[in-house]
Amino acid sequence: MTQISAGAPKEKLASRTAAMIVMGISTLYFLVPIWWLFIGSTKSREQFSSTAGLWFADFNLFTNIGDLFAYNDGVYLKWMLNSIIYASFGALLGTLFAAMCGYALAKYRFPGRELIFNTVLGGVLVPATALALPLFLIFSQFNATNTFWSVFLPSIVSPFGVYLARIFAAASVPDELLEAARLDGAGEVRTFFSVSRRLMTPALVTIFLFQFVAIWNNFFLPLIMLRDQTLFPVTLGLYTWNSQVNQIPEIRTFVIIGAFLSIIPLIIAFLSLQRFWRGGLGAGSVK
Amino acid sequence: MHIKNSKRIVALGVLAAISLTGCAAGGSGGSASGDAAACAPSDGKVDLTYTSWIPGIDKVVDIWNKENPDVQVTVQTGPNGNGGTYKNFFNQLSAGNAPDLGQIEYDALPNFRVQDGLTNIASCKNVTESKDDFIDWTWNQVTFGEKDSVYAIPQDTGPMAMYYRKDLFEKAGIPVPTTWDEYAAAAKTIRSQGGYITNFPQNDVNWFAGLVWQADGRWFSNEGDKWDVTLTSPESEKVADYWQGLISTDLVSKVPAWTDEWNNAYNTGSDWTWISAVWGANSISSGAPDTSGNWAVAPMPQWKAGENKAGNWGGSSTAVLKGSKHPYEAAQFALWLNTSDEALTALNKEANLYPATKAGLKLPVLSEGVDFYGGQKIYDTFATAANETNSDFVWGPTMTQTYGDVADGFGEVLGGSGTLTDALKTGQKKTIDALDAAAIPVNK
Repeated sequence: MTQISAGAPKEKLASRTAAMIVMGISTLYFLVPIWWLFIGSTKSREQFSSTAGLWFADFNLFTNIGDLFAYNDGVYLKWMLNSIIYASFGALLGTLFAAMCGYALAKYRFPGRELIFNTVLGGVLVPATALALPLFLIFSQFNATNTFWSVFLPSIVSPFGVYLARIFAAASVPDELLEAARLDGAGEVRTFFSVSRRLMTPALVTIFLFQFVAIWNNFFLPLIMLRDQTLFPVTLGLYTWNSQVNQIPEIRTFVIIGAFLSIIPLIIAFLSLQRFWRGGLGAGSVK
Repeated sequence: MHIKNSKRIVALGVLAAISLTGCAAGGSGGSASGDAAACAPSDGKVDLTYTSWIPGIDKVVDIWNKENPDVQVTVQTGPNGNGGTYKNFFNQLSAGNAPDLGQIEYDALPNFRVQDGLTNIASCKNVTESKDDFIDWTWNQVTFGEKDSVYAIPQDTGPMAMYYRKDLFEKAGIPVPTTWDEYAAAAKTIRSQGGYITNFPQNDVNWFAGLVWQADGRWFSNEGDKWDVTLTSPESEKVADYWQGLISTDLVSKVPAWTDEWNNAYNTGSDWTWISAVWGANSISSGAPDTSGNWAVAPMPQWKAGENKAGNWGGSSTAVLKGSKHPYEAAQFALWLNTSDEALTALNKEANLYPATKAGLKLPVLSEGVDFYGGQKIYDTFATAANETNSDFVWGPTMTQTYGDVADGFGEVLGGSGTLTDALKTGQKKTIDALDAAAIPVNK
């Protein structure tokens, strides 16, 4: 007995230490590049290549930001604004459609339901990148390439969101509650928006975040669709600059500082939305 | 994110390229020769679109738009050619909505020609007549040696010379090398003092092509209907053997170009020279700021003492793409952009472009001393080099593939296995295969 009780905490300690080490390494793995980016953003062009990459030299962050915002008539700010518009409105509409579709698939019985669901599920497997070229050719038919809509419209479709919404609606929106709402005289649309939507909020936040990040990081579609740099999202803009660094080395500072600033909205979106990320609101609320 | 995506870009681009070649092989026969006949001005106000990745190009185009209210040019932009803009051009060509004008580098022009993506503007006013305005070799690049054909207007060039650390050479008592033999001898002395004379870049295959170009070698030719691939020509192998010798004896460093490590090697004085193009002047001054005033520029070392030959690395043209409804106006704009003093001066100011015209080399901004190079008038050296560049060098239609395959071989050499000549042999074989696979006639 003494052997067991002596052994157990030790083993616990060992496995906990191992887990902590793995966690620590992966934390470093993810954070060091961001740290490098931050340090790089604070350096002048001269010091960028001549001083150690992971520690400060002279602190020029605000000068750099000022230069970035002034470069090429402030086109960077325009790119950021574009990204925010594409990502937030795209994610909002995308979430709404995914929620309605997933909810309908979960809660209504109609012929072809499984076929539709399986087709949507198949869509999850097709990478968005593979669709970019066909989309370009389709939009070309309508002379709609190089427009806001050519990037925005494909962004509001989220097969994965539909899948998630269906699973979550099936699990967390009780049929009894819908019955009750119907008995009280609420129409299907009203039931969805005032009852089901609330119960599905954690899933919707997840879908919104996924979609927001996917649109923010979407690079290939804008690359193919857009030629007018005032329509570029920040990813494409930075890529465009970065491809010219060899010949115009001055741009390099702007790429670094621009990349650093471009991750801030993502961080804000995550931090401000994660408090809604509570699972199982409706679970256990009926009986 | 970028790595993943760029792989996909390549994969998709290849698909697009193959499908386009299929179309071109089937349908181009009739249209190719008939183009040159008609090139008349359009009636009324004309709107042109022009895609270029040069930063600040819009400011140059603004000058034109102010002076020509009836021909308004809209600038479109994107990443550099191989970064995506060429693939976009091909996509747009197949969708029928390509811009009127596009920036295309010399080494990509044959690909567009083979896939029938260019408009022949030879019969447009002033185009054929402007031949003598341009540096000889650039004109061959845009005509492909075809009769009555001009497919683009040369824009800029990258004549090569030798950047070197004047102070270090003087201190070590090494004479500035004028031949490749002297260069190798200097490399030994420098190595014995702990430095490297330069680095051998794995991925700058077009740099290596510039060296072959200087040695009067050619990688491609197209006499008649078929392509000849000559990556393994005697001149090409001579250059390969020379650099192989430097690599094998550890006289050149293996630091990859365009990295911080590489910048640092120049900044700390461990690399002493760089054989590079005119636009490299900025790469050094921004990558090695601590060495300001210590650099100088000399002509490229020669294969035979007393010769004056130079290579070229980079440069692009302004092409009128297939399907443009206003080739006349597009050609006039392209001529203005690349020959007028005001445009060339603005292009140089905004983006350091080095003109492709003979007159452009004498621009006031290009005859000033440069402080970073100890006040030397470095552009004089490059102007001479531009006129000493062999006119017969030809690029092939599948350069992206050729560059990739040769770079893979170069990588193995730097890793310690194989030789540069092996890399060229592999590149030769794979290029012939690629041309064959794309249904482009090639001598095997």
